[in-house]
Parts: sequence; C-alpha cells; structure tokens
Amino acid sequence: MNPWVSFLLRRTTRVVVAMLVIVTIAFGVLRLAGGDPVRAALGPTAPASVVDERRAQLGLDDPVLEQYVNYLGDLLHGDLGTSLVTGRSVSDLVGNRLMPTLELAGLAFVVALVFAVLIGLCVAVFTQGHRRRGLELAFTGVSGFLAAIPEYLLGVLLVIGFAITVAVFPVAGQGGPDSYVLPVIALAVSATAGLSRIARIEALNTLRDDYVRTARAKRIPPWRVYLRHALPNMLTGTLTIGGTLLATMITSSVLVEQVFNWPGMGTAFVQAIVTKDYGIVQGLALVYAAIVLVVNLLVDLVLALLDRRTTLLETG
Amino acid sequence: MTARARLFRAPMTIASLVLVCLFGILAVVAPILWGEEALTARPTELLQGPSAEHLLGTDNLGRDLLLRTLVATRLSLGLAVLATLLAAVAGVLVGGLPAVLGGRVQRTFGAVINTWLAFPVLLLAMLVAILLGAGTTTAVLALVLTMTPSFARLAQTLASRVGGSEYLAAARMLGVSRRRQFTRYVLPNIAEPVIVNVTISIGGGLLALSSLSFLGVGVQPPDYDWGRLLKDGFAQVYNSPTAVIGPAVAVVLAGVAFGALGESLAGHLRGQDHGHTGGRRGPAPGPGPGSGPDGGQPSTPDTLLEVDGLSVAFPGEHGWVRPVRDVSLTIRAGEIVGVAGESGSGKSVTMMAIAQLSAPGAEVAARTLRFGDEDLTLLRGRALRGALTGVGVVFQDSLTALNPAMRVGAQLAEVPRTQRGVARRQANRDAVAALDAVAIPDPARRAGQFPHELSGGMRQRALIAMSQIGRPSLIIADEPTTALDVTVARRVMRLLRRECDRTGAAVLVSSHDIAVLGELCQRVLVMYAGRVVEDVPVDALRDPARLAHPYTRALVAALPDLDSDRDAPLATIPGEPPDPADPAPGCGFAARCALATDRCRAEVPELTGHRHGGRVACWHPQDREVVRS
Ligand code: SF4
Repeated sequence: MNPWVSFLLRRTTRVVVAMLVIVTIAFGVLRLAGGDPVRAALGPTAPASVVDERRAQLGLDDPVLEQYVNYLGDLLHGDLGTSLVTGRSVSDLVGNRLMPTLELAGLAFVVALVFAVLIGLCVAVFTQGHRRRGLELAFTGVSGFLAAIPEYLLGVLLVIGFAITVAVFPVAGQGGPDSYVLPVIALAVSATAGLSRIARIEALNTLRDDYVRTARAKRIPPWRVYLRHALPNMLTGTLTIGGTLLATMITSSVLVEQVFNWPGMGTAFVQAIVTKDYGIVQGLALVYAAIVLVVNLLVDLVLALLDRRTTLLETG
Repeated sequence: MTARARLFRAPMTIASLVLVCLFGILAVVAPILWGEEALTARPTELLQGPSAEHLLGTDNLGRDLLLRTLVATRLSLGLAVLATLLAAVAGVLVGGLPAVLGGRVQRTFGAVINTWLAFPVLLLAMLVAILLGAGTTTAVLALVLTMTPSFARLAQTLASRVGGSEYLAAARMLGVSRRRQFTRYVLPNIAEPVIVNVTISIGGGLLALSSLSFLGVGVQPPDYDWGRLLKDGFAQVYNSPTAVIGPAVAVVLAGVAFGALGESLAGHLRGQDHGHTGGRRGPAPGPGPGSGPDGGQPSTPDTLLEVDGLSVAFPGEHGWVRPVRDVSLTIRAGEIVGVAGESGSGKSVTMMAIAQLSAPGAEVAARTLRFGDEDLTLLRGRALRGALTGVGVVFQDSLTALNPAMRVGAQLAEVPRTQRGVARRQANRDAVAALDAVAIPDPARRAGQFPHELSGGMRQRALIAMSQIGRPSLIIADEPTTALDVTVARRVMRLLRRECDRTGAAVLVSSHDIAVLGELCQRVLVMYAGRVVEDVPVDALRDPARLAHPYTRALVAALPDLDSDRDAPLATIPGEPPDPADPAPGCGFAARCALATDRCRAEVPELTGHRHGGRVACWHPQDREVVRS
C-alpha cells in the first residue's frame, strides 16, 4: 500500500476510535452521573412534573441502546444536545464561545512556539562547545522553575499583581488587544519554558551537524548561518513536541479562561460543572475532545510533510 | 563528568532532595502538630492580611492560612504520590507484559496505548470526575487514568528492547515461565527509568490534582489540599490578595523539587552520555616553543598560505586534548599539496583550523597564520569572513555536508548573493553554471532538487562546485573522496585537479590514501600524532628508497598494488598511535619505530630540510646513501 495512504488511514482510525470512546463517555455522563442529572440540574425545589417532562423531552426514559443510537444520529446532524437547565441548544452556545477560546489558545501557542524556538536557539548558540556553563545552568534553573508553574496559578498571580498593584492590563473579560495580554502570558509561559529546553537540545544537535560547518565555510554572516541553516533543521524535532502543546493548551485554557473570566467555552464548561448542567458539560466535552484530536492529527500530518523520510516509516 | 560539573550539579541534586524530604516530613508531622489549630475559626479575625500572629493572614472563617497550607501538604502530596504509583504499576503492566506475550499482543497493546495517549488529559480527568461524582477518590482515579498511558508507553519501549534481546529469547527457549520472564528479566531492566519517571510525574500529578481541586471537581470541603486553598483564596482575591501566596508557593516549590530531583536522577542514570562537559579550564595551550617565525620554509613572494606553530586544543574530560601540535606549512599560489595520515593523525583538525572552521569550544593558536596579504590571527568578525572568502572548502561526507532542507541550487547561489551581493536571479544562474562546470548533467533541474535526491558522486561534485563558486585562490579539501567508491573517487579527484588547473587555485587536500595523493599532488605532508613528520616532493614518493621518515616508509611499504584492496593500507604497521589527551614526550612515533633511541623518547625532533628537497622531523632520517645513527 502507498505509505501515505496507510499513514493517513492509521491516524484517522486512531482519531475515530478515540472520538467514539469520548462520545460514549459523554453519553454516560448524562445517564449515569450521580442519580438523576435532571433533578440535580433543576434543583430539589423543582416540581416532580417539570422534572419528568424534561426527562421525557430529552428522551432519557427510552431504552439505553435507543438513546445511544439517537444520540449518535443527533451528533451527526450537528446537534450537541441541550442545556438541562435552560433547554437551550448547546450548538448555539458553542457557536458563541468557540472563537474566543481558539483565539486565546492559538495566540498562546504561537507565542510559545516563537519564543521557545528563539530562546532555545540563542542559548544553544551561546553554550555550544560546552562554553558558558554559567549561562547553561541559569537557563536550566529558570526554565525548570517557570515550567513548574501551572497555567491557572500564573493566571491567579497575574490577576493579583495587575488588579491590586498596577492596573496596566485588564484582568477580566475579552476586549481590545490589551485584554489578551495577561491570559496569553498565563497560558504561554510554562509551555515556553518547557519547550525552550527541547528547542535548545535540538539546536545543539543541529549546530553540530556538518551542514552548519558548510554554511560557515561560505563566510556568510553568523545570523544567516543560524536562521537560514540551523533553524529550519531544528524545527521538526521541536515541532513534534510543540504540536502536542497546542492540544495541551486548549485544555489548559479551560482553567485560564475561568481565572480571567474569558467569554470562551472553558468558562461555560466550568460554569456548567458547578451548576451540574450535564447537558452542556456533555456537549462541550465533545467539542474539546474533537478539537484536540483534530489538532493532533493535523500536527502529525504537517510533521509528516516536513519530514517525509522518517515519519512514514514509523509504525503504530 | 568533570569535577566542575559535579560541583554545579550536585547542589541541584542535594537541594531538590532536601526540599523533597522537607515536604515528606511536613506531610507526616504537619497534620499532627497543627491539624486542630488549622481548623480553628476566629470570627473576629476574618480575611486578615499578613501579621506577626498570622504570617500569611487568615481566610474567610478566620483560620490561619500558613498552618492550613502546611497541613494541606499531606493530602496534596499523598494524593499525587498515590496516583503516580498506581499509574506506574498499571502502566508497567499494560506496557511491559506484552513483551513476554509476543508480537501480536504487543502490537495490539501498542495501538491501544497510542489511542489512549491521544486523549486530552485534563478533559478526561474532568469527565471521569463528573461521571463518578466530584471528590478525592475520583480525582485520583482520573489522574491514574490519564497518567497510565505515558508509563505504559515508556515501559513498552523499554520492554520491547528487552523483549527483542538475546537473553529473553534464550530464556524462552529454556522454557522459563512467562511470569518468571517478566519478574526476572523484564522488570529489572525497566525499573530505573520508570523510577525516574515516577519522580518527575509526582510533580506533574501534584499540579494536575491542584488544578482539579481549583476547578472544584477534586478535593471537597471540609478536606482541603493546596488546589482547594487556591480556589478559596482566589474567590477572595479583591478582599485579601495575599491568601493565595501560601498554597501558590507550596505548589510551585513542590513541583520544582520533584521535577529537579527526577531530572538529576535521570542525569545520573544517563551517566557517561551526560558527562562530556568542559574540562578544567587551565590556560589554553599556546603554540609552544617550537622554532620561531622563520623555522618553517622560507616564504617566497608567491606564498599563498603560511602557517607556523599551529596548535589546536579541545576541552576534554581530563583537561585539554591536543590533536594538533606545532604544525607548520606553506603553500604557493596554484600548488597542489596533499596531507596524508591515519584517521586521528590530526589532518582534518589542521585543515579545519586553517579554514577557521574549528568546532565551537576549540582553542586554536598559531604564531603565524597568513593567507595572501592578510594576517588571519589579527582579523575578527566581518573582516575575517571577508578575507576567508578566498578559501573554498570541500568536505568529506557530501550527504551530511549539504543542508537537507535546502535546494542544492539555493545552497550554491547563497555564496555569490551574500559574498558579492549578486542579485537572486543572477546568483541562481551562477549556481547552475557552476553545477554545469563540474559536469553535472541537466544542471538546471538538479539545482531545484534536495541533496538526498542526488547520487553520492553528484553531491560531491556539487560540493566542489560550491567551493569554486566564490572564486577562491585556495581550496581546502578534507578527504573529499572517502565516502565514494574507487571509480567515482578517481573521477572526483581528476575533476578537482582540472578545476584548479582551470581557475589557478591552490589546493590543500587530505586523504588516508597516500597513493591517491601521489597521483594528484606536487607535494605531500605526512602527519602523525598531530604533527607534520615529513614534507615530501612527489618524485621522492615514487621512489620509496628516498623517503626519510620511518613512518612514511612504513606507510608507502604498506600500500597494496593498485589492483588489490586499499581499505586497510596500514595493516602492516604494528601498534597504535598515541592518545592525543596523554602523549608521551619525544617523538610520537617512538613506540612503533624500529629505530627509536633514548633521544627519540625524550626530545621532539624538529622539521628540518632534507636532501630530497622537502623536510623531515626525525632524529634518524633514512636515506639511500647513509644511515646516520
Ligand atoms: S625520531 Fe626516532 S622514533 Fe621518531 S621516527 Fe625518527 S627514528 Fe623513529
């Protein structure tokens, strides 16, 4: 079989299987979670008749298998379910909330990638040949420290810093460009720190390669050696890790959105968890899962294109 | 690992170990000492800032936040450790067992693990937490579920290495039971990396658990961990912003401590791989006493390159390694000079040092390094690069020497574009013309291809074209034909010669095959143990009786006839060259030389003129007429 076809098949199958598992778990959330989810969502004071009506409306009294088939059918039509509390369509909610989330995660991803690669390359250039051990140690220490700060915690600290002491950037909501600054920083810092270490190692390996010496032999300016010859060759390795970062960022954004009251899916998701509106939880979880899986698939494809010779041969 | 690296690395290991132990002790004693007091509500002291009495202030019930942070250590750490250990056990079982069950099961498990890994971690945890009802148990369970696959992947990778190994195959043949195979062979071999991973993962688990609690799906009141404290503190962020400081510091410190400890352990595990750090930095060795500026050949008006007292040193594990010592040579314009010697004789390092292409970290020193009218030892940066545009370099392995991510034509065109500011289109035309000049068929198409699309011979031609395109007056070719088969190698050598005849450039070309050099060059420098031992005119090379140095004689005597195999030209010289990190005093060849005397073992012979018209460095040079002793 054409290696490309089998590669695509393999990866797509993986995504479909993972998606099916998630759909099933999500289906289970609404049917199995802690007793009667409709009662839980509507609260103990709601009259029994209202609860029963809502249950019937949602088809929760049908046989489970039938529910499952109906659920899959609805999903295929783009119906992500309804809120248990308000009865509104989750698809509409997603329509309103998707963009802010993607903007935030995407921006943080780009920021992290660019900074990590540049920092990693710079530090590698200065520390190659085992020179400047001090710089290397400082880099390892600082990046290790920053990488250990969870995104939401950095968010909390940023809110405190900027809300209480200097009100330079807005600490809540989405508005002008300056409203992006703090959430993006919160989301990007630990990723940048972690990835810059990988980037440095990749860059060190690349700088040892023969073609870098060839480039030096052309007596071109050093920046050109690093940016034109070393950079493209260190990217594949860095992006392999960096790609998985985008998926991580989308899920981390759930908490960061919550901290900054960002009008994205994350805030709605957490809100729904708190109010036990499992209709929304179920729908949003699916959307998140789909985004993450598709992003991972795309990253794999891009990498395969970038590195034609090795990726295709990899199994599994 | 060197003393210096150990000095720097050890404190990191120690510091992280101390921190981890501290957290461990806190986890045990804090709840016993302060558990009661941390629960004491003080209705008169709600939401206070830091004070002498309450160093981190109080929460909305007036409870002391410092004590609460300390007491929360047990739950936070305990849950993280528990979850990580469970995940490690599950992962090792899922990933390690298939190795003893055989190929098919292994592949199936591999696919399962891959799909599992594709799941968004936090999301899965949240869903599981919701599905089973928010709470401590489910948070741990969710974490185990999300951490298992990465352990499984690790165990699988490690185990498949063991599984494919010979001793497992032998064990299988001997009928060792599967259980025993697993406990006796598989487990011990994967234990160490898994333990390192556990340490690192505890830090990650700690952060993940705190996020779950922060979201409200983890630890539920009245229990509290750091995540929960952060959640409560953040709810009061405008009233008492300092409330989050305690748990925030605790979470980050614990995360850093476990991460750093894991990394230190991993570093030790990698051991030697990791240890090639800089050596003791004494002063870099200078050119050495040697013979002074006029010790080499007298420079004539048409001298193109003049090198005197060139030494190269690299930082090694035990101080400096000096692969090149006190090398002196001159090249006239248009002259073709060969450098012969075994690998490790220092010929490549010498040539790269002359071309100013030494590896980063190398210390290059020379009394004289003059190219054309320029003293290279005085130039830096742009001026040095400008002077060196007159030196073209041909490298050994054309596959690795060309940038795999750049089209061949662009790699050539880069030279005129950056060196002479030629416009892109013209530079591209120059590149195609240069490829055409080295007889690459269909040069325009080849220029648009990537290096791996060209054959080895064609790539080497492209490299020669690249070295020519800057119109250099000196070509430095470092074993340009080693990677090629004999016929292609000859063609490439002829091409090199033809190109230089055409452009009038001088050539310094190295090879371990002295016969090839004899055909190509006018003069051959023989290198041994980092020094030039003989500088032979090519006519003397054709008449072995005129050779002066015992090593050169052995080299030529070891040459097979033209038709036989040339792969092992030195097979008949017994002994090994000396270690460049720890050379003996005296002549480097003394240990292998039949003529060695006490003087040879004590004093280094200098390169002096010889009657064959070249130079030799030997206390007892050989000759047809007399054998002086
Ligand atoms: S100096 Fe002595 S040991 Fe060295 S090559 Fe000459 S004779 Fe042999």
